[in-house]
Amino acid sequence: MKKIYSVLVENRSGVLAKVAGLFSRRCFNIDSLAVGETDDKEISCMTIVSSGNERTIEQIEKQLNKKLDVIKVKTFNEENSVSREMMLMKVKYNSNNRRDIMEICEIMKADIVDMSKNFMIIQVCDLPERIKLFIDMFASISIVEVARTGTLALPKCTENE
Amino acid sequence: MIGADAMVKCLEAEGVKAVFGYPGVAICPFYNSILDSKIESILVRTEQNAAHAASGLARVTGGIGVCAVTSGPGATNLITGIATAFADSIPMICITGQVNSELLGSDVFQEADITGAVESFVKYSYLVKDVEDIPRVFKEAFYIATTGRKGPVLIDVPIDVQNAHISGFQYPDQVSLRTYKPTVKGHTQQIKKVIKELTQVKRPIICAGGGVALSKAEKELIRFAEKNQIPVVTTMMGIGVMPTKHPLYFGMVGNNGKPYANRAMNEADLIIMIGARVADRAISQPDLIVDNKTLIHIDVDPAEIGKNVGPNIPLVGDAKHIFAELEKQEYQCNYTEWVETLKEYRKTMEPKREEHKGFVDPAEFITKLSEKMEDHGVYVADVGQNQIWSCGYHIVKKGHFLTSGGMGTMGYSIPAAMGAKYALPDRQVVAVCGDGSFQMSFMELATMRQHGINSKVIVLKNNYLGMVREYQHYTYKDNYSVVDLSGSPDLEMIAKAYDMPFIRLTDMKKADAAIDEFLNCKQACLMECLIDPMDLVK
Repeated sequence: MKKIYSVLVENRSGVLAKVAGLFSRRCFNIDSLAVGETDDKEISCMTIVSSGNERTIEQIEKQLNKKLDVIKVKTFNEENSVSREMMLMKVKYNSNNRRDIMEICEIMKADIVDMSKNFMIIQVCDLPERIKLFIDMFASISIVEVARTGTLALPKCTENE
Repeated sequence: MIGADAMVKCLEAEGVKAVFGYPGVAICPFYNSILDSKIESILVRTEQNAAHAASGLARVTGGIGVCAVTSGPGATNLITGIATAFADSIPMICITGQVNSELLGSDVFQEADITGAVESFVKYSYLVKDVEDIPRVFKEAFYIATTGRKGPVLIDVPIDVQNAHISGFQYPDQVSLRTYKPTVKGHTQQIKKVIKELTQVKRPIICAGGGVALSKAEKELIRFAEKNQIPVVTTMMGIGVMPTKHPLYFGMVGNNGKPYANRAMNEADLIIMIGARVADRAISQPDLIVDNKTLIHIDVDPAEIGKNVGPNIPLVGDAKHIFAELEKQEYQCNYTEWVETLKEYRKTMEPKREEHKGFVDPAEFITKLSEKMEDHGVYVADVGQNQIWSCGYHIVKKGHFLTSGGMGTMGYSIPAAMGAKYALPDRQVVAVCGDGSFQMSFMELATMRQHGINSKVIVLKNNYLGMVREYQHYTYKDNYSVVDLSGSPDLEMIAKAYDMPFIRLTDMKKADAAIDEFLNCKQACLMECLIDPMDLVK
């Protein structure tokens, strides 16, 4: 079972290590992890995607709540959340495949954000599975390097928040 | 005033009487400031034992233990002691000196990332980088260590922070921690469910763990059990929450427990697990305790509930509060028949031990010793065969039974007994260890001599690491590997070297006289009992 944990933590040094350490020590999986400051600069939000059986899912939430630097844990499924991932991908191009690349970018709503004579950097922000698809689309084109943010997610809007 | 003075003032404000520790340059400002205080510094002979001594003190006083060591190896030596306290939820403050904060991360002499290293063994840790934070950090640390599920908190203070001038010292009255609000009161709805179960079942049993002692809920447990006539078993950490001879007490559960205790657990239709973790040594097959029966799991730590087994009724709260709530409820129940059945099991299922002629029988010896001990005496068991014999045959009257349950740390008994005796100098305090565990911590005999701490030590000597030998006996068909303790010192000479009286008991014939002499001895004293090397705990 896949779960997304949105974990609000104190924005202090060492907190990321503590949370990541908790996952490794208790043999919980981390499929993806993204960290950033929230609107309050004293609070960071960690978005963790993990999977496991029901007991593990519950334990992850409980163990996270036990950490003194953790302010709040929200757990939700993919289907009742909005999730996005961003990727920067550097590719090597030539005159033969430039047109193809631009077409894929157009279809996939990706942007070319930097360019030189032989290389370009493509930026794409989409659902995690679409990012995977995007990489697959470039299988025949030489990818130089890739940087991904990991999944960011928030529960979908409801009227009783 | 400098940071180090402030650290000492914080300890004074918390009512700390003694600090167990070992100095080094990085903690010297603190140890200089403490000279101006009434707080006594006790110099242990290796850092790990500072934590064990603090643990012993905390457990017999119901308070908190404090230890203070230097940076680098001082701090890393403390880790096993911290992990031992963490596994048994013992409240403790561990102060470590640290290298100059401006040099942190540059691998200077005696630098170790101790807050990083102990992360999975502490409830929380602090690295103090600003001297002005000292009062707040100490206040928070004591609060965190002693509330909710208790445990060790580490405070790492760089030497320049200890030496820095602090503008004005004011110890805070209260803490403000938005992320830490332990639940101590049980949920009313859940309490009602517990009562409903009690009125419906026929064979309930209470399985009490160390949490009952940590919550100081022994009296409440006994009152609840007596009022409803519910039988009680305990985990290893729960030993002592009820007198061994109490008619409703049916011994320790688990693979080293009493057969009748395990049978009671198996035949019960309702288990009230309170302050226990459902750990493997107590409950080897967690699924069985929810098979055909109802499990109520009560714990102050919500993460323990459902960790190893999913209970039917989870109840988060502190044992003392929960018992108080349960006591207020009105209901009728009667389990006379069930209690009578268990009494019959207890009478008929006591394991019979093989005779070991020409040696001290550890079971008989421990029973005799505990009968002769004062009612409020403190018995500290080490780890190994000696621990299992102690758990099985020590009779708790009104005193304490201490041991390293979760971590199973060899060498715990001597320093823990020392800490207990320091805290309660008028009580009889006896450490019982094996010859393996004795050699892990007998350097503390010097600390005991130096500070006039007259705890007593019994060594059950069999020239083997007995527990491992027993395991190799069963699992590897007597193919012994690295368990022979040949080369061990003559304990009589050790006693002489530390200027302590020594008693050797070679068989049971003179046991009474030897125990009397040992217990009547006014000072610290060492007793050796020769055990058959082939003796087994089962």
